[in-house]
Amino acid sequence: MAAESRSSPTPLLKDQLDIVIPTIRNLDFLEMWRPFFQQYHLIIVQDGDPSKTIKVPEGFDYELYNRNDINRILGPKASCISFKDSACRCFGYMVSKKKYIYTIDDDCFVAKDPSGKDINALEQHIKNLLSPSTPLFFNTLYDPYREGADFVRGYPFSLRDGAPTAVSHGLWLNIPDYDAPTQLVKPLERNTRYVDAVMTIPKGTLFPMCGMNLAFDRELIGPAMYFGLMGDGQPIGRYDDMWAGWCTKVICDHLGLGVKTGLPYIWHSKASNPFVNLKKEYKGIFWQEELIPFFQQATLSKDCTTVQKCYIELSKQVKAKLGKVDDYFNKLADAMVTWIEAWDELNPAAATSNEASK
Amino acid sequence: MSQAPIKDNEVDIVIGALRSDLSSFFNEWRAYFSRFHLIIVKDPDLKEELKIPDGFSLNVYTKNDIDRIVGSTSISFSGYSCRYFGFLVSKKKYIISIDDDCHPAKDNKGNFVDAVAQHIENLTTPATPFFFNTLYDPYRDGADFVRGYPFSLRNGVNCALSCGLWLNLADLDAPTQALKPSERNNRYVDAVLTVPTAALLPVSGINIAFDREAVGPALFPALRLAEEGKVRWETIEDIWSGMCVKVICDHLGLGVKTGLPYVWRTDRGDAIESLKKEWEGVKLMEEVVPFLQSTMLPVTAATAEDCVVEMAKTVKQQLGSSNPVFGHAADSMLEWVRIWKTMGSRPS
Repeated sequence: MAAESRSSPTPLLKDQLDIVIPTIRNLDFLEMWRPFFQQYHLIIVQDGDPSKTIKVPEGFDYELYNRNDINRILGPKASCISFKDSACRCFGYMVSKKKYIYTIDDDCFVAKDPSGKDINALEQHIKNLLSPSTPLFFNTLYDPYREGADFVRGYPFSLRDGAPTAVSHGLWLNIPDYDAPTQLVKPLERNTRYVDAVMTIPKGTLFPMCGMNLAFDRELIGPAMYFGLMGDGQPIGRYDDMWAGWCTKVICDHLGLGVKTGLPYIWHSKASNPFVNLKKEYKGIFWQEELIPFFQQATLSKDCTTVQKCYIELSKQVKAKLGKVDDYFNKLADAMVTWIEAWDELNPAAATSNEASK
Repeated sequence: MSQAPIKDNEVDIVIGALRSDLSSFFNEWRAYFSRFHLIIVKDPDLKEELKIPDGFSLNVYTKNDIDRIVGSTSISFSGYSCRYFGFLVSKKKYIISIDDDCHPAKDNKGNFVDAVAQHIENLTTPATPFFFNTLYDPYRDGADFVRGYPFSLRNGVNCALSCGLWLNLADLDAPTQALKPSERNNRYVDAVLTVPTAALLPVSGINIAFDREAVGPALFPALRLAEEGKVRWETIEDIWSGMCVKVICDHLGLGVKTGLPYVWRTDRGDAIESLKKEWEGVKLMEEVVPFLQSTMLPVTAATAEDCVVEMAKTVKQQLGSSNPVFGHAADSMLEWVRIWKTMGSRPS
């Protein structure tokens, strides 16, 4: 049967979770989130001009890193952290010492559910992460561990314990996460449909992971959440989270971890400029046609028993198979290795003890 | 992105009658059913005459008709399996089938749901099995493919199967329902989504629709429990058939959707009573699932019929020795293809 813990209150996990926020403008949006976020520690990653002061609203406990800090802490390895792109947020994952990470964009606000109640997105992500996933068999009533749901007839009992959940991918009301061509064709489309479901993305299936409203278990999957080389000096943008998502899913599938998607919703307020987006994305639109078959066919050897080992193995395959698509992928493969080296340096205990339990 | 509107004469609604008095059932569904032709198949074990209200275009088939039309066969059309006879004799492209203890459901706004129209929409818009869209069905109004969804996969594939859901009495198994006797499904999830390729799911026969031309022969009454009964808790035939259909759809590059429409399912039966019988089904699933997850169909199997024949062979080889029920299932699958071909070659 589904887990017994459903009817007890969701633990806050305030000492086990960091909220990572990349920003280049300001953090005014935090005022709206105050009732839900104030108890948590924030890691602010300030992108762009480090001499600018980003004001953090009163009453929040936080650490803030600008580019100078990133360079100081990582030295030459700072080359793997993007500049002038929200991909820089993954630096926050690396320096965190907590088990869980929630990352949210600074143009994302509290949404309301159909009854008009404010949605505590963080609480839902915690519920998602603390209950198992079901990647090996699809449950037609969606997440069977949610209150009011269960496994359906025909669902094998031996699979009802599920797998540990590594990622909780939330969604967005109002401005949907469309690519530039779709934005250009449908500039007025808004997502008004509240789909009251959380579900596990089956093993072997890839998905586009959006970093706007995302939580994950850093101990289970952290090193895979590298958001790539984007922004300044790079030929591509707006594929940071996509790249992290494809790598993460391949590794989760290999290690027997689950990825959930669906609730919670946040309210996405800002539609970015589609012409600017098109310039950033357009190479990605072509490249993804090669990237998708690459990830769909990627296999990792049995000796890849930790996330780091999986990731290094994947970086070799990126070099071998995608290097010929564009030299960018050679650089990206190198950056992937640098990322893992930096991760292990900043998280030494994790490097030796992070054997995934099977 | 939208397809040509479906013609009413391309659809058959097949109802397996396990109860004799269908007056309220048909009156409740009238607004959604009356445009279409209906095939009613009476459970051969049901003794009473069927009561069906006027105003529908329908054919009713009883035990005599089944015996006459199919002739001698090892296939049993008893109980829920009677509906498969309806699938067999239909000449239409699309079939929608709903259990006779289901009512139209209401959506979140309090409006009645036209389950027939939703199934038709599901079947006539593409499915997207190769990559998961996080905003669910991209062809629905107000939705689309999200950033990062490869453009080459945005045409989708034909949808061959539409699996609807149930409010009130959900399709839980007997042990689960027995443990939580008052649990009812009140959550209306406003989504249709494609079940990704290679992912298996328990396909419930309670509220289902399919493209008969594409996968008709792949829905068969094959896996019968020794003590199969007249409540869904005491059956597994639809789950077995549905999982095979999924394997076949994956092989043929066809899509399977799940989600809307919902129907409202009446409270009936006793989960604890059924528990005594349905353990067999629960145990069988443990063998069925690993088997189906590893089943590969040969490239030469290019039609649903070919696929069923191949699967039957593998079922017999790999599962037949562990439990005679699988051997019978394999035989039934082959017999079903034989009957299907015979019906298909008859003049309409």
